[in-house]
Amino acid sequence: MNIHEHQAKAVLKSFGAPVADGYAVFSVEEAAEAAAKLPGPLWVVKSQIHAGGRGKGKFKEAEAGEKGGVRLAFSPDEVYEHVKAMLGNTLVTHQTGPEGKQVNRIYIEDGADIKSELYCSLLVNRETGKPAFVVSTEGGMDIEEVAAETPEKILTINIEPTTGVTDADCEALCNALNLEGTSKEDGYKLFPILYKAFTEKDMAMLEVNPLIVMEDEHLRVLDAKVSFDGNALFRHPDIQELRDKTEEDEKEIEAHEWDLAYISLDGTIGCMVNGAGLAMATMDIIKLYGAEPANFCDVGGGASAEKVAAAFKIIMKDPNVEGILVNIFGGIMKCDVIAEGVLQAVKETNLSVPLVVRLEGTNVERGKEIIANSGLNVIPADDLDDAAKKITDAVKK
Amino acid sequence: MSILIDKNTKVLTQGMTGKTGSFHTNQALNYFGTQMVGGIHPKKGGEKWQAENGAELPIFASVEDGKKATGATASVVYVPPAGAAAAIEEAIDAGIELIVCITEGVPVMDMVRVKDKLVKSSSRLIGPNCPGLLTPEECKIGIMPGSIFSKGSVGVVSRSGTLTYEAVFQTSQVGLGQTTAVGIGGDPVNGTNFIDVLDMFLSDDETQSIIMIGEIGGSAEEEAAEFLIQEAKKGRKKPMVGFIAGRTAPPGRTMGHAGAIVSGGKGGAEDKIAAMEEAGIVVSPSPARLGVTLQDVLKG
Repeated sequence: MNIHEHQAKAVLKSFGAPVADGYAVFSVEEAAEAAAKLPGPLWVVKSQIHAGGRGKGKFKEAEAGEKGGVRLAFSPDEVYEHVKAMLGNTLVTHQTGPEGKQVNRIYIEDGADIKSELYCSLLVNRETGKPAFVVSTEGGMDIEEVAAETPEKILTINIEPTTGVTDADCEALCNALNLEGTSKEDGYKLFPILYKAFTEKDMAMLEVNPLIVMEDEHLRVLDAKVSFDGNALFRHPDIQELRDKTEEDEKEIEAHEWDLAYISLDGTIGCMVNGAGLAMATMDIIKLYGAEPANFCDVGGGASAEKVAAAFKIIMKDPNVEGILVNIFGGIMKCDVIAEGVLQAVKETNLSVPLVVRLEGTNVERGKEIIANSGLNVIPADDLDDAAKKITDAVKK
Repeated sequence: MSILIDKNTKVLTQGMTGKTGSFHTNQALNYFGTQMVGGIHPKKGGEKWQAENGAELPIFASVEDGKKATGATASVVYVPPAGAAAAIEEAIDAGIELIVCITEGVPVMDMVRVKDKLVKSSSRLIGPNCPGLLTPEECKIGIMPGSIFSKGSVGVVSRSGTLTYEAVFQTSQVGLGQTTAVGIGGDPVNGTNFIDVLDMFLSDDETQSIIMIGEIGGSAEEEAAEFLIQEAKKGRKKPMVGFIAGRTAPPGRTMGHAGAIVSGGKGGAEDKIAAMEEAGIVVSPSPARLGVTLQDVLKG
């Protein structure tokens, strides 16, 4: 689960990390009030959307002006003008896709004098199974670019989960970031704070980019991006509260409520599959036959007839869907039960596009019989290859 | 021979009295009499569990008690996500040799803690978020459908559950059969990786060929490929077919498996396929052609 920058900063602040004062506003009226609460002489007015590259982004609407999604203001009036220009308009960045994202909230923050910009993030290193800091002196830019062009400027420092961040770790991190004097003292405080926030709140990723050294040599978290491990949200009701559903795809939210893994894609063939790997492989084989998948949809191992029906309805909400492929390797799920669920869903949704069903596993013959004798326009397939071929052919017609 | 489990393996079920644990314990008992020897429940120690086939299995209050009483060397965990890590840790503490965690949705930070304990112990963990493992006609631990297996010569190792079934089903269809199939699970931090299982398959005389199924995210496939290259130099080499799921997945999105995410230009399908091909694995572009591709490879 992703959260907004201002929320991420509030979480980090609660652990004692140095962040600037600021206020999130949802209306133009609140803007002047928020600006007046900050001392100036510099205010930073930041669009809050769940996507990176906001500063370099462009608004779709002419009224929002030519500037990006992060703007500097030198008076409360200017803060007001920026909020008025950006709020409610659509920001397009390299991470939003061409459709962009509507800016529904804006964060107004006290400005800082930047001496240098650094990069600092925390994640769980898959290779070691331990939390790790990833740091670079090349802050403020896309870390993927740094990784591609100057990989030697990125350092990974693993942390032993039993000890947490030790003095030796702090020393290594400060050295990697060339921190000295006051900024080094700050680093010794900041790194354990970030680690504590990361582990205690079950974050999937914590990215501070940039972490800045200010003119007075102190460190400050200038931008923060945090995502949480969805599997651990059950023990963090406070974090669940931060969820902003307006940032998520409507179909994905509905799928989540049914405990389905669903992701919208750009193609025309809807997929319903059990198992994440098989669902990805089904997308791959559709592409192999020259078509594009409309979605990723994993109904999981224990899909009931109701769940199958719910998945069907979600897939059919996508206007681009020209055909549906159901691929269920039943195994322990009984194919006749799945077949009944599919037919029920077909009737309930008045399905108007071709449907190919591939079933395998327990009671497969009975499942196929049920489909064949249904009198409905459902095309049975013998195996995965046959299924992919049949659905791509049906859509081409 | 097979790897990890055979007809002599005695298995305890952690979370047997729940719906999932109960169902799959019955399935395992019905699969060539897999030796399911008892269950664990902290509050129901001393009670009995009634199997569908009429057998009565003892319930123990702890893994340690269960191990002492039955001589079990393996356990399978069906405990819900919030308690799964503690169940694995209990099994490690009791000195269980092989722990198989089926549970999906274990928090990553819990697995960080488990992994640390695991590497300092003599236990092996398979999973979490995996279908388990199966040696045909001998032993089934986990949720794989026994009906698609046949005894034979192919070792199967996979990060994806249902794709494991696909590989098993297809190798049965072409008449090759399997020695053992191992689902290592799709989570970013897990107990056993490709290299561990490949190493065992290379050492197993009955395993004459291997199917390896990976997916996008992480670098486990690249590391496995490097391992195979090094082993081949020592003369350890078997014919292999591979598949990588997620060629068409959009970057930056988690595809169901928490581990399946392409980020920062790493973990992409093309890099993995290239690494595997360099290690001599024939990578099938179609998940529907694993069996026939392996058949072709073996014909030469």
